[in-house]
Amino acid sequence: MQDVVLAMLAKEPAYGYELRSRMRGALGPLGEAMNAGQIYVTLSRLAKAGLVTSQRAEGLPDRPDRRVYALTSAGQQRVAAWLAEVTWPKPDLSEFHLKLVAAAAARLADPVALIDAQRRELLRRLRDTQRAAMERSVDPVVGLLLEGVVLRLRADLDWLEACERMWTERDRTERKGSR
Amino acid sequence: MTGSALLRARGVTRWYGRESALVRAVDEVDLDVPAGQTLAIMGPSGCGKSTLLHLLGGLQRPTDGEIWLAEHRIDGMSERDLARLRRHHIGFVFQSFHLMDELTAVENVELAALLAGWSPRRARKRAMHLLDRVGLADRAKHLPSALSGGQRQRVAIARALSNEPLVVLADEPTGNLDSAATLEVLRLFEELRTAGQTLVVVTHDARIAAVADRVISMRDGSFADDSQLAETAAGAGTVYGGWR
Repeated sequence: MQDVVLAMLAKEPAYGYELRSRMRGALGPLGEAMNAGQIYVTLSRLAKAGLVTSQRAEGLPDRPDRRVYALTSAGQQRVAAWLAEVTWPKPDLSEFHLKLVAAAAARLADPVALIDAQRRELLRRLRDTQRAAMERSVDPVVGLLLEGVVLRLRADLDWLEACERMWTERDRTERKGSR
Repeated sequence: MTGSALLRARGVTRWYGRESALVRAVDEVDLDVPAGQTLAIMGPSGCGKSTLLHLLGGLQRPTDGEIWLAEHRIDGMSERDLARLRRHHIGFVFQSFHLMDELTAVENVELAALLAGWSPRRARKRAMHLLDRVGLADRAKHLPSALSGGQRQRVAIARALSNEPLVVLADEPTGNLDSAATLEVLRLFEELRTAGQTLVVVTHDARIAAVADRVISMRDGSFADDSQLAETAAGAGTVYGGWR
């Protein structure tokens, strides 16, 4: 979050509200959940760390969204380092995997029912994302982000299908074994 | 027929083979599809979903159970009545399009209406309207061979709608399509959903399932999970944490 906010300031100093609308514009429908408060909390942390400075704009009330924020040279260096860094968000499947393993081992819940519930949730997300992507008015750059989300959700759904096969098969074998 | 379901199945079972080689492709399935609902049936290959679709559309007969379409009980209907019912009330969409190669797009589309007894003039008018609706009015005179896969499937969907069916049944409609063509079909299904067309689609493509009102997961011939895809509380913003 800090890096993103810094990078959005790299082009030129901006009012808090400008920064917020720049980010919203880039994220499209995915930016709707963005909380304005988060940005101002982040900006104040960045200011404490000496990465941004802010100035009160003349004639405007002194509120975080009406201040003009700018990068310090330390902030500029940090943006450059962030851009050069090779990172990739990791979808963490191990928690869900362990949930299934634990549920089955302790007979706390049916793993296949957990998979079904997870699939329902992912299908809902896929539906919302697809709907947003199918809007003809969607900006192509935002569309690219939505396409990425759709691809990830599909990969997760494929993985759930593999989980389902495995746990259904295991359940069947155990039932046969206990007979 | 009781209740408000347009399509209704009770204890529907279909076996293949016999004795030790007996396979219960569909095993005592109960289903109610209300008018205007879009339903996706998902599941791994061999789970019985295509057989179920064929039973619902009267293309195959159940070993046991009852199937109703509106006020018609179809499981025991004579072949002749069944063929008539399919022509008038059911639209089919298949994975491999099943268009007539020697007929143009508009001729393919109007064929279903002509077979249902529409006058040529009315059938042509309806076909042109549907081709326009699927975005292919300018391809009306093209043969299927001159169309892309996505365009052919859209023609097939227009054909499925040409007799104003009570229900459209689709079997893996995006199975042979690339990503862009799938998106075209998704758009179209989304429009059909909004327009209140009753639609049952069998698929293992999550993208298609995600545009349905309701998703059923099938395993070993029966329903394992049946869920309404209600809106998520916070909309698309919650997807993948929205933004981070």
